[in-house]
Amino acid sequence: MSSFHGRLLIVDLSARAARTEVLDAEYLRKYLGGVGLATRLLLEHSSAGVDPFDERNPIVFAVGPLTGTMVPAASKYAAATRSPLTGFIGDSLSSGAWPLALKRAGYDALVVVGAAETPSYIFIDDDRVYFRLARQLWGAGCWETEERIRRELGDDAVRVASIGPAGEKLVRYASIGNDYSRQAGRTGVGAVMGSKRLKAIAVRGTKPVRAAEPEALRRASLDLYARSQGAATAKYRILGTPANVLALDALAALPTRNFRQSTFEGAERVSGEWFYERHASKVMACAGCSIGCDHIYRVVDGSHAGTQVGMEYESLYALGPLCGVDDAAAILRAAELCDRYGMDTMSAGASIAWAMECYERGIISREESGGLELRFGSAGALVAMVEAIGQRRGLGQILGEGVKRAAASVGRGSERWAMHVKGLELPGYEPRSMKTLALGLAVGTRGACHNRSSAYEVDLSARVDRLNGDRGRGRLAMIQEDYAATLDSLGICKFLRRCFDAFYPEAADLLRWATGVEMTAEELQRVGERVCNLKKVFNIREGWTRSDDTLPPRLLEEPLPTGVARGARLTREELDDMIAGYYEARGWTSEGLIPPGKLSELGLEI
Amino acid sequence: MYRRHIVCDPAECTGCRLCEFACALEKTGAFDLELSRIRVAAPQPAVAISIACQLCEGAPCVVACPRKALSIRLEDGTIALDRGLCTGCGWCIEACDFGAIALDPNTRSVVVCDLCRDLEVPRCVESCPKKALSLSPQSAVAGRSRRRAAEQLLKEAGGYQPAS
Repeated sequence: MSSFHGRLLIVDLSARAARTEVLDAEYLRKYLGGVGLATRLLLEHSSAGVDPFDERNPIVFAVGPLTGTMVPAASKYAAATRSPLTGFIGDSLSSGAWPLALKRAGYDALVVVGAAETPSYIFIDDDRVYFRLARQLWGAGCWETEERIRRELGDDAVRVASIGPAGEKLVRYASIGNDYSRQAGRTGVGAVMGSKRLKAIAVRGTKPVRAAEPEALRRASLDLYARSQGAATAKYRILGTPANVLALDALAALPTRNFRQSTFEGAERVSGEWFYERHASKVMACAGCSIGCDHIYRVVDGSHAGTQVGMEYESLYALGPLCGVDDAAAILRAAELCDRYGMDTMSAGASIAWAMECYERGIISREESGGLELRFGSAGALVAMVEAIGQRRGLGQILGEGVKRAAASVGRGSERWAMHVKGLELPGYEPRSMKTLALGLAVGTRGACHNRSSAYEVDLSARVDRLNGDRGRGRLAMIQEDYAATLDSLGICKFLRRCFDAFYPEAADLLRWATGVEMTAEELQRVGERVCNLKKVFNIREGWTRSDDTLPPRLLEEPLPTGVARGARLTREELDDMIAGYYEARGWTSEGLIPPGKLSELGLEI
Repeated sequence: MYRRHIVCDPAECTGCRLCEFACALEKTGAFDLELSRIRVAAPQPAVAISIACQLCEGAPCVVACPRKALSIRLEDGTIALDRGLCTGCGWCIEACDFGAIALDPNTRSVVVCDLCRDLEVPRCVESCPKKALSLSPQSAVAGRSRRRAAEQLLKEAGGYQPAS
């Protein structure tokens, strides 16, 4: 008995054919599921140098080994593909009832290759795969698509992962939405679905998932349910992640106005407390999650009345402080539009913030902005630009390319204000006042990502001086990355992480009781290391060089102007020193390449 | 005697479905959610409620069964099934207004909540992380509604903060 099915579904959209393959036990042991398994399958089913929008670029979905069991916060999937935003690995996670349905349909992973001739969606009905026309759905938002497919198939149990108009129109940071308010948000996985004219993947799964030791798993799960109601998850359950706003503002770590500042004078009006008191309506949970972090906010009056959306700190940061906007209702409306058009709130907000900076500096003219006063703080301009990007009209056409490409096409010095790493826009933590995070963002395989690095946790702990970097941060950043990659491959939500007393041994127990796979804590940690190296293998294959591991010039040249970190700066030497420490800790060459000995040590001979 | 059934408070329910996992494991030994006796309905992004057998007094499922395979247990009001009589026709499923009956393809007969009669606490109630589920008599549900109505009145009168 095992919660692994050992089964992979391969769908070829060009041939309109589907087949299954066996995933052997050794393979699952090495990569588990989620990001690890998806990345491994991506490497296997793709070849080097293929354009992300070429039909030969596959998109891979993998659920976690614990998905479908009663272990909490483990109903997750990873989508992996070559990112149209970065050209490197694009691995994005989401959770909810859709991955549960895919697992219950009898699969650990799904590889989609080829491209449909006309807009289509696939319906995976346990063992059968149907190719269905989606002409009538083309242009519909994610929520609407989900509901219409359920109605068309006549069953509420059908779960849907879909793209919106942004994915159809190849916005390079288009997301995949599932179960209303969850998204595989980053790196443009939705645009790859759009390039395949694949509107949605509908799944009905009715099979049992079995556990190796169900009683032990049940007891451990009940224990985690209890622990996940305590202080370890209070932030997520009560105010939700928007609680970060005031905390980061106080630390001078809240990126504001395209990283001009790291404090925001309007922080109170966009704080978690503000949203909670005025807009919170209901807290929901993903399938199988005991925490429940999904705060659904509503706007009941004013020009944005009727808005209803779930929102996280990162969306709030990008659509709020980063654009200088302190109008909570407008931020909710912008987030709702992003969800419905199906695009990453972070990259969308960051693209608009870049445009606002360029407008204020006279780089983008009023004619180019379509007559819009595109200034920091303008809530009206924010909402209008989100619409324009979703529809790819006017300036939105360019902004839908992401800041790296937008700056390259506008030129005129706008590149200086493009805040990205490897093409992925930055998350809501200020690198100049959080140095371990700065390192994590610079070396991240999917670009500037807080979630894959988690190095901000080091800065927020008392272990280091967050304002000064040193070579030793390399090892700390590596440990955080390996930890994140283990969670991402087990498919356990990071919001559950503090509920463990000792994560690796406890997670190894859960894995054994669910799958029957015996693994020591050290071996499990090794999976995280293996997966991080695997992602790097993909990037090297796609032409990664040392110069890709860096931060945008503004962060390396301008000191912070306000707050408790006023005057703090990050120099190129400081960053390079940390990067050298990181390569060293990883056992890589000084140029950041993986020596053959390291690959074989990790069992990664490709 | 007050009959008790599984009651869900939709104000607390997050739609997590952990009750389905716990029920399925108890009844089938696997996470076979199709056979969970309790099921979550979440027709809208901000609405969820978990529903099991309501133990109706004039149970439509019992009335609908053409072979008289279903009956009401006198001691606690749960629905008893005579497997020898059940043909798995599914009329009871159609008759149930709550979608609380499922067909088990393994035995080709139907399954319905029995309140985990052999256990101290039903598995769904035990596993609910938000304590949204309880084994309660209808009078407790009515009492909760009365309390909320009174709290609403007091709140409108101003200044009242209900104990959390």
